[in-house]
Amino acid sequence: MNQRRKTPEEILREVEAGTEKGYLKIFLGYASGVGKTFRMLDEARRRRLRGQDVVLGATQPQMPPEAESLVRQLEVIPLREVGQGTVIDVDALIQRRPEVCFIDGLAYDNPAGARNKTRWEDVRELVQAGIKVAASVNIQYIAELQRQVEAITGKHVVQTVPIAFIRSADEIEIVDAPPIEALGRTPDEQAGLEKRQRQLLRLREMALILAADVVDRQLTSYLESHGIKQQFGAQERILVCITADSNAEEMIETAQLVALRFYAELVVVNVDQPELSSIERAAVDEKLSLARAAGARVEILQGRDPISTVMAFARTRGMTQVFAGHSRRSRFLSRMLGTSVDRLVRLSRGMDVRIFPNKQ
Amino acid sequence: MNQPQRGKLKIFMGYAAGVGKTYQMLEEAHSLRRHGTDIVVGYFEPHGRQDTVAKAEGLEFVPRKKVEYRGNVFEEMDTDRILARHPQVCAVDEFPHTNVPGSSRTKRWEDVMVLLDAGIDVLTTMNIQHLESLNDQVQYITGVTVRETVPDWIIRNADEVVMVDLTPRALMHRLQRGVVYRPEQAERALQNFFREPTLVALRELALREAAHEVGQRLGSETETASRAGAPTSNKQHKVLIHITPDPKTAMVTRRAKRVSDFLGAECVAVLVQPSGDLTGLAEPARQALEKHLAFARNLRIEIHILKGTGTSVLVDFARQNGVTQIFVTRPRSRTWLRFGSHDPVQEIIDLAKDMQIVIVSDRDPSAREHRRAGSV
Repeated sequence: MNQRRKTPEEILREVEAGTEKGYLKIFLGYASGVGKTFRMLDEARRRRLRGQDVVLGATQPQMPPEAESLVRQLEVIPLREVGQGTVIDVDALIQRRPEVCFIDGLAYDNPAGARNKTRWEDVRELVQAGIKVAASVNIQYIAELQRQVEAITGKHVVQTVPIAFIRSADEIEIVDAPPIEALGRTPDEQAGLEKRQRQLLRLREMALILAADVVDRQLTSYLESHGIKQQFGAQERILVCITADSNAEEMIETAQLVALRFYAELVVVNVDQPELSSIERAAVDEKLSLARAAGARVEILQGRDPISTVMAFARTRGMTQVFAGHSRRSRFLSRMLGTSVDRLVRLSRGMDVRIFPNKQ
Repeated sequence: MNQPQRGKLKIFMGYAAGVGKTYQMLEEAHSLRRHGTDIVVGYFEPHGRQDTVAKAEGLEFVPRKKVEYRGNVFEEMDTDRILARHPQVCAVDEFPHTNVPGSSRTKRWEDVMVLLDAGIDVLTTMNIQHLESLNDQVQYITGVTVRETVPDWIIRNADEVVMVDLTPRALMHRLQRGVVYRPEQAERALQNFFREPTLVALRELALREAAHEVGQRLGSETETASRAGAPTSNKQHKVLIHITPDPKTAMVTRRAKRVSDFLGAECVAVLVQPSGDLTGLAEPARQALEKHLAFARNLRIEIHILKGTGTSVLVDFARQNGVTQIFVTRPRSRTWLRFGSHDPVQEIIDLAKDMQIVIVSDRDPSAREHRRAGSV
């Protein structure tokens, strides 16, 4: 082995590892048949080849032949029978203490009489016991995405895993393959598959975005734990500044559209100004409720100077785009005195600024 | 003679060297071959990686072409030979590669276009770093300027884009085990490009891009069904890019094109010149403008050179042509906000109060650092 000085991240990871917390890795797919099982078992095989102590804690009842041949090369801790069904054998796995335990299929409800209601809770127990677990799951089985998935597929899934559990994963790996192989098919075959394909594409998009969100959270916590305040800009974050006379409809509509297409985070702010009349205050409130209805997060900021207050907020939140209204000052006056827009632009280095027309 | 049906393009997209793009492409090649497809490997870059080399065994290779340049011999893909062999499917590694001078075409992706035109399906590999519109963002993340880029419209026209994913830690372990590079090289890579936050950020960029590609393919009609609260208005946006000699124009062009692609908006680039063309311009400015116009053309943006002076020409054109958004560079801080100053960006903001103006910034972390240090 060559000697290399440890990087701060490695030292940190070692310190963290000392707390005996296990480790969770998720293989996320968007449909059955994309190859999650194979990919996961192939990782198990490769780890075993490298001399790691690997066991299989759960397999699917039906598997493609190439996955089955991988299973035969691995040690399996069989499922335990409880009442009418089966559960993963948590006690046996904790006693066996493998380096890595692989669980194929996270979304199962346990039979009555089992100590946990669901399999993901069993897995959580393994992780809490300090075991490194890798588990596979499909996007359809994530509880909070149920409504969306049903709208796409028209199918209702009963057994689910909460999104928070997926997000708590230390690592997430997406198993991506286009829904239906386009190569080598006749145009007729393709036409018949069109509808199903569109459904699968939508699920695929959801899976990719969920994975990106998990990755973004990892990046943020990594940067925070290392005291790095850099903004990498992989995730777009839009800040909309609303005042009593801004054209909130256009601003929020555009922001919503950009946020939707760029998968961006959307925050709408207003800087509280005590000197506003009751009419102006009502106007602000109306605009903010419009923002809430559009699904934006709304925050009221306090500060004497609205522009520097907004920009300080934007900087701490790592915003990448700031939306504001055009200045109402006349051309002559703006030439002589400058405008709020001028100041905003000057203070917004590192962010894009989008200036909106006022209402006619 | 019948025009052959255009071949299909499938791209294996990754976020760094070593994630397994080539491996996955070869795996698919084997699977196609097993199913009786006539497939050849047109270009393969093993980088000395054993598992990849092993994966290539049993496939038919079309020999490379030797190209001499300045006394050295380089090997490139032999497109003519592949055309003569005319397989159903051809696997081509490293899509963004630039051919050695003296080759028939400048870029490998141009060679791939020739194969597709001849009705050959192509499997190919590339990293997210090489996507033209992400060039600036990638530079801020990695600190490296990527020169070999592929225009976005080529990716958009691909029949399939598959994300080849591997977690950054697994990738770093691969590097440490010497799977990706030789030891000294791996050491250097781990200290520079392959640091964890860099890889995590690149991976996130790739995941979002892959999701976007999928969304794009679906079009907008299903959007409302699956996403609550999606905007219902169908306002048609039109984007205008203000071309100036400022070196940041390329960045503005990229950002504006990306936004208009994402919004499904039309995009035009506008340059205002007293003569109506580039004649009579001093040398550095003329060269810069020519470069920026060529860049816009390469991204398939419609170009207008307006005769006249002053920003009002630009704003009038925008108004007459239904432009809803004008993209400009940040004004230089020297001219910005000086008493009674005449910065063109400030003028556009003053004149075009009926439009959205987007002032594009460097996303450079060092710029942020600088700003944080400055007074607010």
